[in-house]
Amino acid sequence: MSVIGAVRPDLPLAHVNPVAKLAATLPLAIALVLTLDPVSAAVALVLELLVLVAVGFGPLLRSKRLLPIWIAAPLTGLSMLLYGEASGEVHWSFGLAAISDGSIAIALTTVLRVLAIALPGVVLFLTIDPTDLADGLAQTLRLPDRFVLGALAALRLAGGLVDDWRMLALARRARGVADGGPVVRFVRQAFALLVLAVRRGGTLATAMEGRGFGGSGERTWARTAHFGRVEWLVVAVGCAVAALAVAVSVAVGSWNVIWA
Amino acid sequence: MPAGPARIEARGWGWRHAGRRRSAVRDVDLVIEPGERVLLLGASGSGKSTLLHGLAGVLGGSEEGEASGRLLVDGRDAADARGRTGLVLQDPGAQLVMSRLGDDVAFGAENLGVPPGEIAGRVREALDAVGLDLPLDRPTSALSGGQQQRLALAGVLAMRPGALLLDEPTANLDPDGVAEVRDAVARVLDATGATLVVIEHRVDVWASIVQRVVVLGDGGVLADGPTERVLADEAGVLAAAGVWLPGRTPETAPPPAAGTGPELLVAEGLSVARVAGQPLRGGIDLTVSAGDALAITGPNGVGKSTLALTLAGLLRPDAGTLEARGPLAAGVRHPEPIRWKPRDLLTRIGTVFQSPAHQFLRATVREELELGPRALRQPPAEREARAEGILERLGLLRLAEANPFTLSGGEQRRLSVATAIATAPQVLVLDEPTFGQDANTWAVLVELLAELRAAGTSVVAVTHDREFVRATGSREHRLAAARSGVPA
Ligand SMILES: Nc1ncnc2c1ncn2[C@@H]1O[C@H](COP(=O)(O)OP(=O)(O)OP(=O)(O)O)[C@@H](O)[C@H]1O
Ligand SMILES: [Mg+2]
Repeated sequence: MSVIGAVRPDLPLAHVNPVAKLAATLPLAIALVLTLDPVSAAVALVLELLVLVAVGFGPLLRSKRLLPIWIAAPLTGLSMLLYGEASGEVHWSFGLAAISDGSIAIALTTVLRVLAIALPGVVLFLTIDPTDLADGLAQTLRLPDRFVLGALAALRLAGGLVDDWRMLALARRARGVADGGPVVRFVRQAFALLVLAVRRGGTLATAMEGRGFGGSGERTWARTAHFGRVEWLVVAVGCAVAALAVAVSVAVGSWNVIWA
Repeated sequence: MPAGPARIEARGWGWRHAGRRRSAVRDVDLVIEPGERVLLLGASGSGKSTLLHGLAGVLGGSEEGEASGRLLVDGRDAADARGRTGLVLQDPGAQLVMSRLGDDVAFGAENLGVPPGEIAGRVREALDAVGLDLPLDRPTSALSGGQQQRLALAGVLAMRPGALLLDEPTANLDPDGVAEVRDAVARVLDATGATLVVIEHRVDVWASIVQRVVVLGDGGVLADGPTERVLADEAGVLAAAGVWLPGRTPETAPPPAAGTGPELLVAEGLSVARVAGQPLRGGIDLTVSAGDALAITGPNGVGKSTLALTLAGLLRPDAGTLEARGPLAAGVRHPEPIRWKPRDLLTRIGTVFQSPAHQFLRATVREELELGPRALRQPPAEREARAEGILERLGLLRLAEANPFTLSGGEQRRLSVATAIATAPQVLVLDEPTFGQDANTWAVLVELLAELRAAGTSVVAVTHDREFVRATGSREHRLAAARSGVPA
């Protein structure tokens, strides 16, 4: 029922080591965050769409799950369009808001970059099961067990909070304290949820220790996190997309680094 | 780390939780030899869970409380012997660590450093032993209460611990489930010879498996010895500790006659659902009259709690109607309880949730109890007197200033019943009201409900407790398993 912690073995790449998927998105994200030009972002976006569809993410791209990105990107663009630094010809203005050649360009670039950065991140993240991620972090990246499992437990608790929230709403109604405005109600219920979450965390820690967690011996991992040919391929594709986007942008002379 | 069954020893051991003046347990002297099987008895709040947590080495350091004496597992401090013991907590839902079933079972074995190649086999074996026949990638959040309890047990079995420490491991199960889990534990013990310490108020559940009972109470171990001998010779101690003797139901006054008052709540063709559009049960017809007692029974995962929450005016009916009639509908504009304001619900339908944790909103037991009456703007003097009376009856008075979340399992349940009663609603909807009660607190609850009914309150209870159904003279509305695999 929870958003976090759901297993989605039906998606492509679900069985690839999550560390590889994270690593694959990294070069492009860095390149795009540090630059300002529209060409690199546009090339990256086109390449991403091609790769994602080729791997079988077509249906996911069209599904409701990605709606937030398709909505958020144009919204950031719109704010840039209205409030971005004006330059060139001004087409329309009202108070502080102004649409100019400059702001149109900035808006377009912004939409492209937001999409190019968010799309692969979100799509790949949807294929990651938290447990697999923990396996990868602990075995592939050799992060400390306690840290990784602590984070995993926190994630699992966070998933359960969705159900807790629903039950709390019912319980507060039953206890006669759900009167008042929606904002007040929300704040109070959020506080109750926080209290409950802290308690749950304590109990879960006890349960984990009751099963030998945090003992003195070496811990093993039942699932071996592989980092094989497929993983390297995924990383390579990520690097290739980034390299190509930068190369095209440099070639057409639009490459433009933040500090230049 | 030694293999084989573990030896347990307490020497003048005690524990006082931080923030409490009284010790939860004290002066416990006890030796449990390797392979012994012990039933740990004692009144609700007598410190059984605390002792078990101590044995598992999970009570924590000095900021959590203050220990006295020593607690040893195989001659070492219990806190250093974690992993030699496997603990199953009182609340099975609170101990799911991983999001997939197979991973959760493997968790304990991983912690002990079992070679990865060996773990898969242990996981399968443990799941077989507890009779949990589900795919390994089943999300643990989608399990019914009974399945969760089995899973928790499997996770401990996969560790092959020297001692199994089980805290009321069958409390949430339907009668078939109780027998199955008990038999699973017996099979495992026969195969491994592990030591067993199990907490349970009802002796008959475990009598065939344990050889020895230990009764815990104020001042330490009150009785200790072979099951038969203690049951025969220690009647006084057992009665005071609220021990549930085989074949004996605690004595309570005969229940009031079935409700003859006016109809209060009528369900017709009712469908219930947690999530709109995904009904769990449909076509439910039932009527609740003033002074009535209705028990909703049925196997784990069948939708009993969902029905209860719907009858309580908290969940919207998915189809069909649920309407208040007569006195219950007086003073409100709509007959459908789901459309009432929270304050209108307080005096009409009171609810006790399956999990008490959802229901607690205040920092002390007393404030918790006064919350509803306060919302109704009852005068303080009246409110306080009533709260005092209820706390007294339910044995919670000495805990009045404690934080509700720190209460023992049984105490939490009684407090949640108390909060529902405090506003004197016309209908009480109770989900597992007798969960975790000893025979004495059980009898108090049954009598309290009888008095309320005599005064015209109707009681709707979701329950697995046959004795409760009988002692309250409840009509039974049984939900049969309709679809398989639908979680509670
Ligand atoms: N975390 C805690 N902080 C403070 N007090 C606690 C805590 N846990 C338990 N107690 C108190 O210690 C006493 C013993 O609790 P414990 O849970 O051991 O009882 P129990 O015998 O298991 O009862 P039950 O049969 O109701 O489960 C109770 O009075 C309880 O309120
Ligand atoms: Mg207990």
